[in-house]
Amino acid sequence: MSEAIVSLRNVVKRYQRGKQVVEVLHALNLEIARGEFVALMGPSGSGKTTLLNLIGGLDRATSGEVIVAGERIDQLSSGGLAKWRARHVGFVFQFYNLMPMLTAERNVELPLLLTSLNGAQRKKNVAAALAVVGLADRARHKPAELSGGQAQRVAIARALVADPTLLVCDEPTGDLDRKTADEILHLLQTLNRDHGKTIVMVTHDPKAAEYASRQLHVDKGALVQGEQLAGAAH
Amino acid sequence: MKYFPLIWAALWRKKTRTIFTLLSIIIAFLLFGMLQGVNAAFKQGVDNANVNRLVVTSRISLTEALPIAQMQQIESVAGVATVAHATWFGAYYQDPKNFIFAVPVDIDRYLKAVPEIQAAPEAIDALRHTRDGILVGLVAAKKYGWKIGDRVPLHSTIWTRKADGQSDWNFEVVGYYDFNGDKNQTDAALFNFDYFDEARAFRRGTVGWWVVSLKDPNQSAEVAGAIDKLFLNSADETKTQSEKEFAQSFLKQFGDINFIVKAILFAVFFTLLFLTGNTMMQSVRERIPELAVLKTLGYSDLGVLTLVLVESVLLCLLAAALGLGAAELLFPLLKSVVGEVRLPGSVLVAGTVVALILAVATGLPPAWRAKRLNIVDALAGR
Ligand SMILES: Nc1ncnc2c1ncn2[C@@H]1O[C@H](COP(=O)(O)OP(=O)(O)O)[C@@H](O)[C@H]1O
Ligand SMILES: [Mg+2]
Repeated sequence: MSEAIVSLRNVVKRYQRGKQVVEVLHALNLEIARGEFVALMGPSGSGKTTLLNLIGGLDRATSGEVIVAGERIDQLSSGGLAKWRARHVGFVFQFYNLMPMLTAERNVELPLLLTSLNGAQRKKNVAAALAVVGLADRARHKPAELSGGQAQRVAIARALVADPTLLVCDEPTGDLDRKTADEILHLLQTLNRDHGKTIVMVTHDPKAAEYASRQLHVDKGALVQGEQLAGAAH
Repeated sequence: MKYFPLIWAALWRKKTRTIFTLLSIIIAFLLFGMLQGVNAAFKQGVDNANVNRLVVTSRISLTEALPIAQMQQIESVAGVATVAHATWFGAYYQDPKNFIFAVPVDIDRYLKAVPEIQAAPEAIDALRHTRDGILVGLVAAKKYGWKIGDRVPLHSTIWTRKADGQSDWNFEVVGYYDFNGDKNQTDAALFNFDYFDEARAFRRGTVGWWVVSLKDPNQSAEVAGAIDKLFLNSADETKTQSEKEFAQSFLKQFGDINFIVKAILFAVFFTLLFLTGNTMMQSVRERIPELAVLKTLGYSDLGVLTLVLVESVLLCLLAAALGLGAAELLFPLLKSVVGEVRLPGSVLVAGTVVALILAVATGLPPAWRAKRLNIVDALAGR
């Protein structure tokens, strides 16, 4: 069995809503190996985003162990967690979440500002990331001048540019039409297969999930029996 | 600074808003520079006043004349070194806007009491021997192009001549004088009191004020008290002050400038604090999701706080630099009010400090909010 990149043990997540405590995830266990492309599926409100946020180190589990990229991230300080995210995780969101006043290349450069790379090295890596997503010719465009699919490609380039251990995508095609969605999913698949990126993607679109190498179903805060795919495209 | 493009872009996210905020801060600092400059220039006049000298005026008012007979009595007071006198002449040259501080004096007494005056011995000698001679200050001489031997008519706004009832007085330039290089003291002239007193139509035998130099500056309070006591209950009661107090009370004629300046600036900056603070807060509120994204990318809480704070510092310092720069350029236009001075460097330093305080005061609340921002809630729009 290959090395686990994500390992969740007895993870519970509760939210306090006024006096009421809501348990969103119930003693959840999960392993994701290096090189996997996992689709997290399930009905709205089932806890997919919550689970993804725990894996990506954006939120903290109420109890249980969260080991990602070899680190007990549930035990990191908030500063340590920020550093860890910068080093290990690339995020892609449904609504792209680009900085509207920065050009594509400046957006992609953002994670690199936190590294010790100099200006020339940053420029080189930004250009490489934009080339991977096929947007080398849109480097100087601002998000408002890009189509939804192009904006999402810029977001993917931003997620990739610092060469993270793990890509975490929350409904990356939720805002795109079928054709554009397929292009984005194809890009993610290429990143997984050809560049060896481990990807965890939340989606409620079964067609999107087919691009993944494994589908997991979340329902009411628990994983329901995972379905192993042989990989339709293999 | 590799974060500069990020901060700069954030600053200009809403162009119109930023320009208006910038303009209001610029105007506030222009006002700050001008008003504080005037204030500082006046204060400088007070600070430059000699502590070794007393000025004796009428108790009733600055403009009331005193009898020349007081001189010997003042001279007899213990601790007094010399007594000189001067009289307000209210002169201008050709045009009322060419005001010149020309005063009739007994030159030998005056030079002894005011040793800052520097003139060539020949010039002083010439004044002694030329009845209608006039010694002109360097700034005045340069301004009007006066040369030794020129005949110069000065118009007095107060004194008419006995002979013809006219207010135009003619003088012959006999020399120049400097005042330790202080340009504010040499847009001025000195001429003979004897000539003036004999020729004027009224109030002969009086002077405007006495200038008393002391043997020991530590005794100024005692000597001042003794002089005033001397004339108590006489027809010409006096008020004796140090030159510094005199300069201050002279300024008080125009109201408490320092207080007015401070009050105006306080009101302006108080308003600005809320205006800019509100703008900064609003700008951060609009950017909550973007700031959350920076945090997901690994920007620390403190890093995001710094970005917002630097943005506010950049805005305030930029505006302050433009406002104070404009004040520096425009300040010389106030020459008629404050004399030949440049905007004092202390005002620029104070302005920069005020800008930094403004930046932190307006930037810290939104920066703190950005620091505290919870990623998950912000991304979910909660
Ligand atoms: N910060 C929070 N505070 C309170 N309740 C939350 C919070 N985050 C998520 N929830 C609740 O947890 C449940 C799961 O949310 P989420 O993980 O976003 O679901 P999904 O992504 O599967 O649609 C929902 O009922 C949601 O309202
Ligand atoms: Mg969700």
